[in-house]
Amino acid sequence: MGRVSDPAAAIEVHELVREFRKGPRAVDGIDLAVQTGEIYGFLGPNGAGKSTTVLMLTTLLPPTSGYATVGGYDIVREGARVRAAIGAALQEAALDAILTGREHLALQATLQGIPAKQRKVRAQALLERVGLAEAADRRVGGYSGGMKRRLDLALALVHEPRILFLDEPTTGLDPQSRAALWDEVARLAHDEGMTVFLTTQYLEEADALADRIGIIDRGKIVAEGTPAQLKAEIGSPSVEVRPVDANAGGRLAELLSSFGAPQQNGRGSVTVQLPGGEAELAEIVRLLDSNHLRVESLQLHQPSLDDVFLAKTGRKLEGAGDR
Amino acid sequence: MIRERSLLEQISAVARRSAMATYRQRALLVFPMLFPLILFAINGSSLSRATEIPGFPTSSYRAFLLAMPFVQGAMFVSISAGTSLARDIETGFLNRLALTPLRSEAMLVGQLGGAFVVACVQAVVYTLVGLATGVGFASGLGGVFVLLSLSLAIAFAFACLGGLLALRLGSGEAIQGIFPLLFVTLFLSSATLPRNIIKAEWFREVATYNPVSYFLEGLRSLVIQGWNAQALELAFGFAALLAGISLALSSTAMKSRLART
Repeated sequence: MGRVSDPAAAIEVHELVREFRKGPRAVDGIDLAVQTGEIYGFLGPNGAGKSTTVLMLTTLLPPTSGYATVGGYDIVREGARVRAAIGAALQEAALDAILTGREHLALQATLQGIPAKQRKVRAQALLERVGLAEAADRRVGGYSGGMKRRLDLALALVHEPRILFLDEPTTGLDPQSRAALWDEVARLAHDEGMTVFLTTQYLEEADALADRIGIIDRGKIVAEGTPAQLKAEIGSPSVEVRPVDANAGGRLAELLSSFGAPQQNGRGSVTVQLPGGEAELAEIVRLLDSNHLRVESLQLHQPSLDDVFLAKTGRKLEGAGDR
Repeated sequence: MIRERSLLEQISAVARRSAMATYRQRALLVFPMLFPLILFAINGSSLSRATEIPGFPTSSYRAFLLAMPFVQGAMFVSISAGTSLARDIETGFLNRLALTPLRSEAMLVGQLGGAFVVACVQAVVYTLVGLATGVGFASGLGGVFVLLSLSLAIAFAFACLGGLLALRLGSGEAIQGIFPLLFVTLFLSSATLPRNIIKAEWFREVATYNPVSYFLEGLRSLVIQGWNAQALELAFGFAALLAGISLALSSTAMKSRLART
């Protein structure tokens, strides 16, 4: 019992539910499948159910109902086997400020059952891989956020897991640290064939890293596919026109209504979808010119994951503007 | 080749980390050790005339009082053990450990490693302070070893209680908030006077039902009486009882705290 039906699937989830006492369903019957060697981006705003899903899949939280396998093992009945197959860097880099980076790795390697002779070599290799060799003997309390995250990643890799769970790994990191972490995650998946389940609230992270994305909102998966597929679902690009005279918004909207339903954004700015694609841009310019409406700016927007999120949930993705 | 570590190896790995963390935070060692010594110095001089009370078991009040820092120190150990475990819960470090093949018993007992270091240092220091201030040990050199063993057993029992509080409360602040209540039990015991000469009946009753009295009396018997089997049995017995109950409840609390499948 517990072996998955699809041998290529590293993670399979069916109708997984987690209810907390006196609270809503944090995870409300989700289904997903992650193939071996794939980077799966689990995208959603704060409180959407991402971390609860990760806690269940990493066996740290029993599901209320539903069924899931990780690495071919049932997360409820075969917890120990699941833990042996996975590495996880959870939302907060849970480190002991008093210990050094090397001591963390030594402890983790011991507890993971790595023979004493191999521990030092493994620890040094991982420290070098995540760029912490020089800081290895410093106490973690003095590490920056990026260094802590990198150590967290190294700790998750100590026992060479097949599947890696990363729960919001770049939250609070500076752009350089974020880029370095993205590179390492991509390398693990593409060079080592590791399956990566990555939660994030950042659109560009999911867009840049994930082979496939699942968008979760209020405990339910509202969209799933490759970034290109999801954007294609939204269809045509849109154009945002801002007139020189902020009071001309009404007139501008009236003119643009021949292309689609205009949306007034404030300060006279109007956005309209272009069902005919970028080609319609020239027509818009001609129309505005012939009607003597002076334009301050005109911007073409290709569909983004934010548009996908907006289309699927009716809301903008929280925190997307923070980055 | 990866193999699961034995329970002892797991306990040793976690205990080493806990002990190292404690050793590096000297404040955790020094201040809890100093406070009982300060009280020992103050009470030792201000209450020294208590030995004139008829029936007082010794002519040296310091010898009588020496048991108090051991028990007080053990109470501080409970806070040290509890807060460090609570910190691991709060920071998610416990979840990190839970993702390894570490058994929950090893996680619990290993976490008390730091407390054990504190207890060892304290026991040796209090014994040396006793000797330096002229306290003789009626039970001789063998008695000193039994005294050290008993004080470690008492400290272990209190550390288990601290661990239980950490697992139930999950907050270092909450544990520190409870500490004054623990401290009250010391003053409602035979810490400063033998039970048989406590005049207030209610106080004597409370001290009789208070297990802390038996910890003190067991330790004290080795200093002022020699070998008193009953006092030692009661002290070791209550320490084992406190540790056993705390560990059993902690084990359940650890399982529900971790909730791993």
